[in-house]
Amino acid sequence: MMNYILRRFLYMIPLMILISILSFTVIKLQPGEFGSQYFSNPRVSPETVENLRARLGLDQPTYMQYLTWVKGIVTEGDFGYSFAYKRPVAELIWERMGWTVVVAGSTILFTWVLAIPIGIFSATHKYSIFDYVFTFIGFIGISVPNFFMALLLMYLVLSMGGTEVGGLFSQQYIGAPWSIAKVIDLLKHIWIPLIAIGTAGMAGILRQMRGNLLDILGEQYVQTARAKGLNENVVIYKHAVRNAINPLISMFGMQLPKLISGTIISAIVLNLPTMGPFFYDALINQDQYLVMTFLMFSAFMMLIGNLIADLLLALVDPRIRLD
Amino acid sequence: MDKQNEKIETETNKLDKSVSYKAKIVRRFLRHKIGMFGAVILIIIYLSAIFGGFIAPYNMLQKNEEYTYAPPTKIHFIDQEGNFSLRPFVYKLEKGRDPVTFAVEYQVNREVKYPIHFLVRGEKYKLLGLFETDLHLFGLEEGADSKLFLMGTDRFGRDLFARTLIGGRVSLSVGLFGILLSFLIGIIMGGISGYYGGWIDNLIQRFIELLRSFPRIPIWLALSMILPPEWSSVKIYFGIVTVLSFIGWTGIARVVRGQFLSYRDKDFVDAARALGASDRSIMFRHILPNTMSYLIVAATLSFPGMILAESSMSFLGLGIKEPMTSWGLLLKQAQQMSVLKSSPWILAPGIFIIVTVLAFNFVGDAMRDAIDPFAVD
Repeated sequence: MMNYILRRFLYMIPLMILISILSFTVIKLQPGEFGSQYFSNPRVSPETVENLRARLGLDQPTYMQYLTWVKGIVTEGDFGYSFAYKRPVAELIWERMGWTVVVAGSTILFTWVLAIPIGIFSATHKYSIFDYVFTFIGFIGISVPNFFMALLLMYLVLSMGGTEVGGLFSQQYIGAPWSIAKVIDLLKHIWIPLIAIGTAGMAGILRQMRGNLLDILGEQYVQTARAKGLNENVVIYKHAVRNAINPLISMFGMQLPKLISGTIISAIVLNLPTMGPFFYDALINQDQYLVMTFLMFSAFMMLIGNLIADLLLALVDPRIRLD
Repeated sequence: MDKQNEKIETETNKLDKSVSYKAKIVRRFLRHKIGMFGAVILIIIYLSAIFGGFIAPYNMLQKNEEYTYAPPTKIHFIDQEGNFSLRPFVYKLEKGRDPVTFAVEYQVNREVKYPIHFLVRGEKYKLLGLFETDLHLFGLEEGADSKLFLMGTDRFGRDLFARTLIGGRVSLSVGLFGILLSFLIGIIMGGISGYYGGWIDNLIQRFIELLRSFPRIPIWLALSMILPPEWSSVKIYFGIVTVLSFIGWTGIARVVRGQFLSYRDKDFVDAARALGASDRSIMFRHILPNTMSYLIVAATLSFPGMILAESSMSFLGLGIKEPMTSWGLLLKQAQQMSVLKSSPWILAPGIFIIVTVLAFNFVGDAMRDAIDPFAVD
């Protein structure tokens, strides 16, 4: 097992190098030089410009710029400089991590806690009204873009007289120390992003769970279990669900990276203090190092997610052997 | 000699199974109620986008300064006195100001009514982009001092109904072109990968892995920033298609590779090779047709993703550019909370996205069921 994980990590090294080259190329192809917006600002002194350009290697040819950047990452963990925030990129990304993980984590909790039982119930009560209703909701859920869901929810709240939509806190609680009132305020705000971001995922999991379980329930070993007189609950939860849930376990590993990058647009609409809007602003302001680092970071998260998915699957399914 | 053999082969193929298999697929699809429902919806949506200029009463670019953010016009059949008229009519729309806040308000003047006529002359447009005409399917008579906005208007008083129908052209065709391009690349790369195997397969697979390790939305957004802002909207349109295909082809290539791998050692491929067919002809004339049904299903199922991607990019202002428009771009104005609150009808293009994506999902599911070789009729 350890061997396998180690090998996967080793394999990630060349992949990450290629990812960094591709990220750099994509950014380099965009119109405008690195930091050109910042350097043309008359309030930035010529010395600062010179210093920064020298430090980031911007006065050198393209391949040297790339090497300087990578060298900084490998030797000092320095991912570059944000022209808009005038601070190192890594710090900025770390700061946004907290809320991103909170929002993504609670969304994951919300979707899975609801979707799995509903999926199981739908499959065991196939073609009942309940099943039809949730199949329909499932179809709608995967068809509504989540930014549109966010807009709809915002409109609903606004039209019912609400004034504070978007963000995670009301104005007076931003920056206030933690208190019970602040937590309540958070709960009042967080349900909109939960539903807006979570619905599509929930619909997907629900459909998958229902489909898998239906397939499994038609297998002969389920018939055998029933024939030997097992309690129906044991048949379903111990024999069928146990196997039907495997494909979902590998989906689970990819949830966090998918949510971090997949919710950029709804996070912008809802004005959340997460990574998404931050990345978008950096893109628009041509804050190149920030964009590159975010691209690298999200790709890295995908690789880790993949690894976690494979490991989880090996943990729960004894038929799968790593090595 | 070669050609003749091939011909015989395809002829016998036709006689034996492919016709009956195809017929079976078509029959199964036609029996799938939800799938057929989706197909009908799609036909309606595509037709209304193609003939949008004719169906909508106004030109999508026509600004009406006196009708900015006008609400959808209500259509009536029964007037104030309770008289029923078969010909629907609208009341005159009048602009006023709220006495307290001075905000613009629209009021209906029930004294004046204008009947709706079919086939009326109105603003000029180009039918199918070719013939200039001013004939519209329905609308108010020329000279009527009011307008018929089925879905309201936007910031410049442009008819949202017309804009949504015409915007559909972009939203619906971006997916089409995106899939065509993805397929072209995907079939070639996946075909080479699966047919030749060895180091070239390894290389292509690692490259696909590299591209797929980027999450989609961030890389799409970053790529769309490459398109120079000074480009015309047509160029940007094709730029967006390319951006979408940049990642999109990898999924297709994987399907194609798997199929080619399973076919390349089949007898008919050996036979073709023994007869001296070139690699290219084996790949694209012998193997590829066998994988067509899978590919068509894969194409249908990748439509929703393309449509959602385009609308997301345009929604953020990184996609389609004015004067072109698309459903995502139309929704962009809803980002301002005050506008969203006062003029919720600007969300209407979103309904078109949902219905289209839903219909594609229905059709895709039905197709997948139809080509399932294990399905029982």
